[in-house]
Amino acid sequence: MTSLVVGPAVPEAFLFITATLLLGIAAFLPERRAAEITTPVAVILLLVTAMLVVAVGGGRALAFGGHFVQDEFAAFLKVLTLVVAAGTVLVAPGYLADERMERFEYPLLALFSALGMMMMISANSLLALYMAIELHSLPLYVMAAIKRDSVRAAEAGLKYFVLGALASGLLLYGASLVYGFTGTLMFDELTQRYAGAEAAPLPLGALVGLIFLVAGFAFKLAAVPFHMWTPDVYEGAPTPVTAFVAAAPKLAAVGLTLRVLFEPFGAMVEEWRQVIVLVALGSMILGAFAAIGQSNIKRLMAYSTIGHVGYAFVGLAAGSVTGVQGVLVYMAIYAVMTLGTFACILMMRRQGRYVETLDDLAGLSRSDPLMALAMALLMFSLAGIPPLAGFFAKLYVFLAAVQAGLTWLAVVGVLTSVVAAYYYIRIVKLMYFDEPAEAFDRLRRPELQLVAAASAAFVALFVLWPTPLLTAAEAAARVLVGT
Amino acid sequence: MLVSDWPILSLVTFLPLVGVAFILFIRGEPEVVAQNSRAVALWTALVTFLLSLLIWVNFDPSQPGFQLVEKSPWLAGLGINYYVGVDGISLWFVILSTLLTLVCIVDSWYSVEYRVKEYMIAFLLMDTLMVGVFVALDIVLFYVFFEGILIPMYLIIGVWGGPRRIYAAFKFFLYTLAGSVLFLVALIVMYLQTGTTEIPELMNARFDPSLQWWLWLAMFASFAIKVPMWPFHTWLPDAHVEAPTAGSVLLAGILLKLGGYGFVRFSLPMLPEASLAFAPLIFALSVVAVIYTSLVALAQTDMKKLIAYSSVAHMGIVTIGLFSPNALAITGGIAQMISHGFVSAALFMVVGVVYDRIHSRDIEAYGGLAERMPVYATIFMLMMLASVGLPGTSGFVGEILVIVGAFQVNAWVAALAATGMILGAAYMLYLYRRVIFGPLVKDALKSIRDMRPNEIIAFAPLVVLTLFMGIYPQFFLEPITSSVGPVLARLQPALELAMR
Repeated sequence: MTSLVVGPAVPEAFLFITATLLLGIAAFLPERRAAEITTPVAVILLLVTAMLVVAVGGGRALAFGGHFVQDEFAAFLKVLTLVVAAGTVLVAPGYLADERMERFEYPLLALFSALGMMMMISANSLLALYMAIELHSLPLYVMAAIKRDSVRAAEAGLKYFVLGALASGLLLYGASLVYGFTGTLMFDELTQRYAGAEAAPLPLGALVGLIFLVAGFAFKLAAVPFHMWTPDVYEGAPTPVTAFVAAAPKLAAVGLTLRVLFEPFGAMVEEWRQVIVLVALGSMILGAFAAIGQSNIKRLMAYSTIGHVGYAFVGLAAGSVTGVQGVLVYMAIYAVMTLGTFACILMMRRQGRYVETLDDLAGLSRSDPLMALAMALLMFSLAGIPPLAGFFAKLYVFLAAVQAGLTWLAVVGVLTSVVAAYYYIRIVKLMYFDEPAEAFDRLRRPELQLVAAASAAFVALFVLWPTPLLTAAEAAARVLVGT
Repeated sequence: MLVSDWPILSLVTFLPLVGVAFILFIRGEPEVVAQNSRAVALWTALVTFLLSLLIWVNFDPSQPGFQLVEKSPWLAGLGINYYVGVDGISLWFVILSTLLTLVCIVDSWYSVEYRVKEYMIAFLLMDTLMVGVFVALDIVLFYVFFEGILIPMYLIIGVWGGPRRIYAAFKFFLYTLAGSVLFLVALIVMYLQTGTTEIPELMNARFDPSLQWWLWLAMFASFAIKVPMWPFHTWLPDAHVEAPTAGSVLLAGILLKLGGYGFVRFSLPMLPEASLAFAPLIFALSVVAVIYTSLVALAQTDMKKLIAYSSVAHMGIVTIGLFSPNALAITGGIAQMISHGFVSAALFMVVGVVYDRIHSRDIEAYGGLAERMPVYATIFMLMMLASVGLPGTSGFVGEILVIVGAFQVNAWVAALAATGMILGAAYMLYLYRRVIFGPLVKDALKSIRDMRPNEIIAFAPLVVLTLFMGIYPQFFLEPITSSVGPVLARLQPALELAMR
């Protein structure tokens, strides 16, 4: 069963080899040319890799001696992650050129980070888990600090790095505890031993290790109480980096969390549920209330992320197929909404300078009706108002929670979503009810318009044809949870 | 024309979206865009209304069940379908929705000049969502339309509203959202208990009595805010006062009915025991609403606010009717909702007519309008009398049925509700006297013009229907009565249990 075959990891191998080649080629090109070429190539590579993932298909297969697993669950999340990552890479170059940080390394870093995310989704041992997390986060630290002469960006990068290192420490400590008490790194073996039919009880020390692992995941996902870095990093980092950090890595981290909690520790649902419920509760409440006072839209989106991760965790806390399906649907829709919103934020440029306060959006519906429409759709969707996609995301996680007997958590969830609705509709109010501020610059950036329009169309039209996403998520969830 | 093989309900529901698509693509000079948007919206709304009449043509009023049903898979994994149909209760609300949208568009033909394109889009979206709420036979589908209405209405109040429109829009949005999210949890629980989200199936489901209490309270939170029942009514005066005239028309004409419709569609047949157990609560809140808000209305100086409070009082009569478990009262409650749809819509338009000319809603600003505006004074009088419940108008039908029906259940409630009618006569006649009669002394009013043709056209169907329903109520009551039958049948066992 365990072997060194690379077969299931062909997409990863492809991405790794091509990204390395691209790095080598770009290093020898003149700097301006290199910067122009790498972005489109990176986008194409990400999309081709996504197609390869589809081509490799869903059947469960192992590689690298069992440290790497490819299954339907991994395929679902990888395709999403790659597409969303491609979207966030696509919107970046305009901003980077305007802010004089157009460097060919940026898309390359994104490629390597995406590779790390794919490995996270497919990680099948504690070792692979740790390596994948490091591979995905190190490029992110560099990207956050890519504007090295800006104090704010450097602060964001440093903060991200220091706290990220702390989270890695937690993860590593957790992993070593699990290893120490069980004697194995491999998920399959842990599954067999502790989650099978005649399962042995998990040693207490390993359980403590599991809690540390969950803390590390919560950090990566920006869940309360490990959320503190999020607002500062989101605000301080250049906007395209914020977009990148906010969307694709969350999908990968959720994938990793789900795999760890449901495969090796699937029998401990009752134990880890308590932690997850607390994290969900804290994230929903903090995300809803802390965002109210924000005036910077990137900071607001940070709290919005925290809240949304809380809702996703409600589905996770359910610990069932429906719950996992809910989490997957939620994160997919969340990633699209985030991508679209950041594409809109990247269009907020006035007199040659990027602006990011909420008041800058005042009267947008007069000066740029289409952008305002896209933004309004995304905001109503983030608020979870039907018939937009965000509602169905919430419907599924709350359904799973009620099914698992966590009705009270669903009630808290719907009530905090009312609080959160306040700040989303405040953005709509600014755009539609207020007197126009000066119009934004007319940017000739078809890629931004494409991404914003596609995301808005997705949230608006999801209601008409929800089945493909729902069934794919259900199939993915069944792989993980069994029936 | 018989259309049994057409998806007629879906056509009526989604046709306005075609109009929206056309309006979105209108380009050119602002004047031209405005004019074309109006025209497209008018034609769309007109065709939608005519199609909705086809629903009535094809409807068999003697059948109590759902008719013209359509079903196709939607949320496949959960077994939730796109499932629509009408019965005798929803039939009239569907037609009322399409009619009032048309009336709104005609009525604001000249009075709305600001962002006409978006305005028309918002009203056509409202049309789709309102019809969708009433035809939905799946509880999730219902919820999607029910809450989706918040989006266009929020924009209508916030963009085209009065000076405090932002406060009113937020209050409307958050207040109603807070209520409806609990309904969402309730519907999830109902789905998990029964494995179905289809309304006809759920009407035959049995829920554990203790669970019924929770479900009923969650639904109550949603519907009581929509109705609105005292003391959850405070969003209504704000929303009405700040909303543009046509916004108030839809708010009073349709949105308030969603609460009552929800009670009769969900609470009563699905949770009969809890509904009977909580009936005293409903009666108490309704009686307070009838008397208290009537007194508040008497003290208002703002015309729109006065009519808004009168709506709360009238909806109090509705809820008394719906929770009195006999055919008379429930039919009466529904008839009162339909009548209120004509009458309150017309009254808000009555205020809108003079507001467009003088830009004041203050009663003090008017007086003696009968001299210069005879047509206006006549229409206002008719609607005022219908609101009071004069025999021969639609307002009488519902009120008398409710009071007779409620008398069989609880004489005190009926008696107190009847005092509300007296107070209603007091504040409406007092309003009418101050605005229409007396000498015309105010300078601003000396040159006021009577109603424009488009305003008369907008009022015409409401005037005709108010009188028609007053003279020949059986036309409206027949399908209602037959569809109330199944609801009563569900209440019967619980009622017998309570009697013992």
